[in-house]
Amino acid sequence: MPEDDTQPSGSGPSPELEPKLQCRNLWKVYGAQPESWFRDPKALNDPAALASRMREKNLIPAAVDVNFDVAQGEIFVIMGLSGSGKSTVLRCLSRLVEPTFGEVLLDGEDLLRKSARELIEIRRHKMGMVFQNFGLMPHLNVIENVTFPLTLQGMPEKERRKRVENVISLVGLEGREDSYPHQLSGGQQQRVGIARSLAVEPELWLLDEPFSALDPMIRRQMQDEFLHIQSTLKKSIIFITHDFLEALRIADRIMLMRDGMVVQIGRPVDLITNPADSYVAEFTRDVPLVRVMTAADALAPGATQQPSAGQPEVAATATLEDLLPQLAGRYDALAVRKGDRIIGQVTPESLIDALAKRTAAHGAAMDEDGSETAKDSA
Amino acid sequence: MKGIRQLASGGPAWGALIAATLVLLVLREAAPWMIRFPEGWTVPLTPWLNSGMNWVISVFGTYFQAFSDLLSVLMRWIRDGINSLPWAVIVSLVVFVAYVVSGWRLAIFSFAAMFYMVLIGFWTEAMNSLALVALSVPLAVVIGFFTGTLGFANDRADRIIRPTMDMMQTIPAFAYLLPILLLFGFGPVVGLIASLLYAVPPMVRNTTLGLRNVDAEIIEAGRMAGATNSQLFWRVRVPSAMRQILLGVNQTTMAAFSMVIIASIIGGTADIGWEVLKSIRRALFGESLLLGLVIALMAMVMDRLTAQIAARDTSGPEGLVGGARPRTLWLSALVLAVAVAALAQVLPFLREYPAAWEFYPADQLNAGIEYVVTEFAATINYIKQVAFFFVMLPVKVGFEQTITPFSWGFAFTDTLKTGYGVLVLALAALSWWRGSWRRAALVMFFGIMLFVGISGMPWPTLIAMATLLAYQTGGRRLALGMAAGLGFLLLAGVWEEAMLSLYLCGLAVLICLLVGGALGILAAESDAVSVALRPFNDALQTMPLFVILIPFVMIFKIGEFTALLAIIAYAIVPSIRYTEHGIRSVSKEVIEAATASGCTPWQLLWRVKLPLAAPVILLGLNQTIMYAIAMLVIAALVGTSDLGQRVYIGLGDGDFGVGIVAGVGMAIIAMLADRMTQAMGGDRM
Ligand SMILES: Nc1ncnc2c1ncn2[C@@H]1O[C@H](COP(=O)(O)OP(=O)(O)OP(=O)(O)O)[C@@H](O)[C@H]1O
Ligand SMILES: [Mg+2]
Repeated sequence: MPEDDTQPSGSGPSPELEPKLQCRNLWKVYGAQPESWFRDPKALNDPAALASRMREKNLIPAAVDVNFDVAQGEIFVIMGLSGSGKSTVLRCLSRLVEPTFGEVLLDGEDLLRKSARELIEIRRHKMGMVFQNFGLMPHLNVIENVTFPLTLQGMPEKERRKRVENVISLVGLEGREDSYPHQLSGGQQQRVGIARSLAVEPELWLLDEPFSALDPMIRRQMQDEFLHIQSTLKKSIIFITHDFLEALRIADRIMLMRDGMVVQIGRPVDLITNPADSYVAEFTRDVPLVRVMTAADALAPGATQQPSAGQPEVAATATLEDLLPQLAGRYDALAVRKGDRIIGQVTPESLIDALAKRTAAHGAAMDEDGSETAKDSA
Repeated sequence: MKGIRQLASGGPAWGALIAATLVLLVLREAAPWMIRFPEGWTVPLTPWLNSGMNWVISVFGTYFQAFSDLLSVLMRWIRDGINSLPWAVIVSLVVFVAYVVSGWRLAIFSFAAMFYMVLIGFWTEAMNSLALVALSVPLAVVIGFFTGTLGFANDRADRIIRPTMDMMQTIPAFAYLLPILLLFGFGPVVGLIASLLYAVPPMVRNTTLGLRNVDAEIIEAGRMAGATNSQLFWRVRVPSAMRQILLGVNQTTMAAFSMVIIASIIGGTADIGWEVLKSIRRALFGESLLLGLVIALMAMVMDRLTAQIAARDTSGPEGLVGGARPRTLWLSALVLAVAVAALAQVLPFLREYPAAWEFYPADQLNAGIEYVVTEFAATINYIKQVAFFFVMLPVKVGFEQTITPFSWGFAFTDTLKTGYGVLVLALAALSWWRGSWRRAALVMFFGIMLFVGISGMPWPTLIAMATLLAYQTGGRRLALGMAAGLGFLLLAGVWEEAMLSLYLCGLAVLICLLVGGALGILAAESDAVSVALRPFNDALQTMPLFVILIPFVMIFKIGEFTALLAIIAYAIVPSIRYTEHGIRSVSKEVIEAATASGCTPWQLLWRVKLPLAAPVILLGLNQTIMYAIAMLVIAALVGTSDLGQRVYIGLGDGDFGVGIVAGVGMAIIAMLADRMTQAMGGDRM
């Protein structure tokens, strides 16, 4: 697995702060008496072997030794095929599903040791969740749905109203306050779901395939709005999606899962250009590299730090796709700026070089793994 | 063991049983006990049950009596309350509710229905029935809700509750009345308690179902909102399940009303059911039509009102006309009631409808019916005779006794008998030769049965065949259940009546399946037919069972044929509905694919649509059987000689044992039929 030690350029998690959420050796096993498998600490040394022994005994290990951190303000995306355990992991974090083993630290405190009462308080103030099929109460109208969590807390009417007005306008549902869920389109319903989850002003925001039930146009629009909301609120977010392009647009980091196990964690570009194995490569195969790689990924080696006169500048986070029109004929090189400093330049050669290298790496990962599996089956 | 299993799963077992039947039939002169189970061999269940009941009464009687008194007081209050209100107040309140939940059309319909009761001068009787419903429904709803919640929350409780509810609904209505009568004493309370018992199960079922089916994400959303367990239940789960729960209220109301009407058979209630029954017994058909219409209208109004409330629920108050808030509505209702009451002080006819303004055309109707019946006497008689001699009697007592010069115009000579035998054998052989031993067995069975009649079949092989069939469709457990159930009927000494029930019910179900199936197919193919059939189906389903009898008794008088028709009329509805639904839900793509590969419309129906719709149609068959059995008891009123009649006799004589044995017998038949059809569907559904 490629280490995620190179600090991502651009909008990565800031290293100084303690992670908002830490997930340590998290297991969720469905079946009869799953706890008994964790009595022997040595067994945990090889989680994959333990999981396959469980499967032989007809247990379902839905999350297998999952480890990750989510930084303050980070958008952390979980991906994987259907049944790979994404929802299970997400629900373990809020204890909607009771984990079988492991630790979940929110602001350094272990959630799994909280009493039922404390947990309710945490859900009432620190967490918000958005569901794939919205999970709206059919008997409540928009306002009542959004207020619902606040009503449960017994918050005074006045304060409630102020907060709700805010989130309703944030998600753009003004004018629909008195409608009932069945009178709204899917996109509008999900706005209600988002507003409801934001009404408690959560610090940790969990979204389980929030846009999967929407059609592509609406989905894109909702993604934009989601990013817009995040740019003002700066929540710590865990977001599940099936759609790699969606992940590309929003993710700071992506965690890819298979059969309950974490396969790779990294920036979107790392997953594409440095796939851990053929599964990851397969997953990212259709993603156009030019949209993922940035100017910073294609610097010409040994280039001067100083721009020559008249040379245009581009941001380090600009995608290669953005650079193409400028490099196609008009300029020989573009200066790449990161913050207040020029970090190098991109030339047509360096761009092609970078693309070629990454494509080769990608192909190699797939081939290598492919031949391995071929050998296995022989 | 393995050998037995193999034998039991194939054709040879059938061959052996059919051969055994033939042997027994040849020997029947010598050993009549094979046809008629000797009385000396039966278990004296009836006296045991009676002494058991006496013991219960002597020990717990006072408690039951106290409970009964409590209910009586409550009921008197409600009854007096309703009776003290001017009719105009009640009518306007009902109309108001109808308008609020649904709109003008239902409001107008409710007004017409209620005013009809006033117009013919049976307002008080109708309100006495309503008072019973008004008390039993809320009680049933509360009891049913909590029982249903228990079933939802606790799997072990559910495993007990579910079969109990099944039992409560399959025991025929009349059979309830007697134990209640004995325990709680004579009077309207009997109707109340009976309707309570009968109305609870749908509430329980719908509550459990509704609570269970709440979308998992909604529950998760509730938990993420920080709901405590009780908040989660009362503020998330129950409201989300409300639609299903209100559907339960609708079904509960209809069940309660239907039982209130049935319970009036014990009399002393001065309600509308009693009036109808009185007029049927005196063969006053004009009266029974007019009064039956009251019941039918009451049922329809109640059904539409409660169904509308259930249908609009999830959309919240905005579904109400004018989008008014509940509080405003309560207030408006109160104001309306007070205003109308005040008006009634000024205009006395709003309080007591003057007798002189009543319109009760019973005599004219009687004359009309009389005229029609005498005018078409020949035709009516002809229909009756044909059905009787050519369909009903052969099934009941066989060709052997049916074919006489008097009925068929010729005698069943030995030559003819031989010819019949050869024909049956030839048909069976043909089926065998075509490789279908199932069909051969079927031909042989019906060949024999039509010859000696269902009551002439030897019980040992009949039980063996039923058990074998159960084994082949549902496995060991069903076979055990079948043998035990039939064994009970035999030992309890009601075998003959059970066979007669089977005959009436089986014939009715067969006809329902054919006619209802055909109608269902037509309705599925043509929207016009579907639309035309719908009001009939709706009306027949909401109608209390009594009322269905009236038109048939009117034309065909008392007798088994009338009973058969009434059963068919009631039980045909599910056949039509499910067939239509099944065919209509065959996927469009499949039909297009079949059409594209060159199916003619006829082939499309037989080769594609019907096979694909089979599971749903089978479900309809199941419902048809249940409905037929429910109606069987009511049909006893018009003269049958089956288990239903015994239930009725037990009730009439106050003989608990007789009534309950017959009632349980019917429940056994119903449950066996239910499990059998479900098992048949099992490998297809
Ligand atoms: N309550 C349960 N009992 C038993 N097994 C379960 C339960 N819930 C989930 N699983 C199993 O756990 C595994 C992971 O399920 P999970 O819902 O987390 O997958 P997912 O990655 O979210 O899939 P999808 O993309 O379809 O939502 C699956 O194999 C599933 O069958
Ligand atoms: Mg999921």
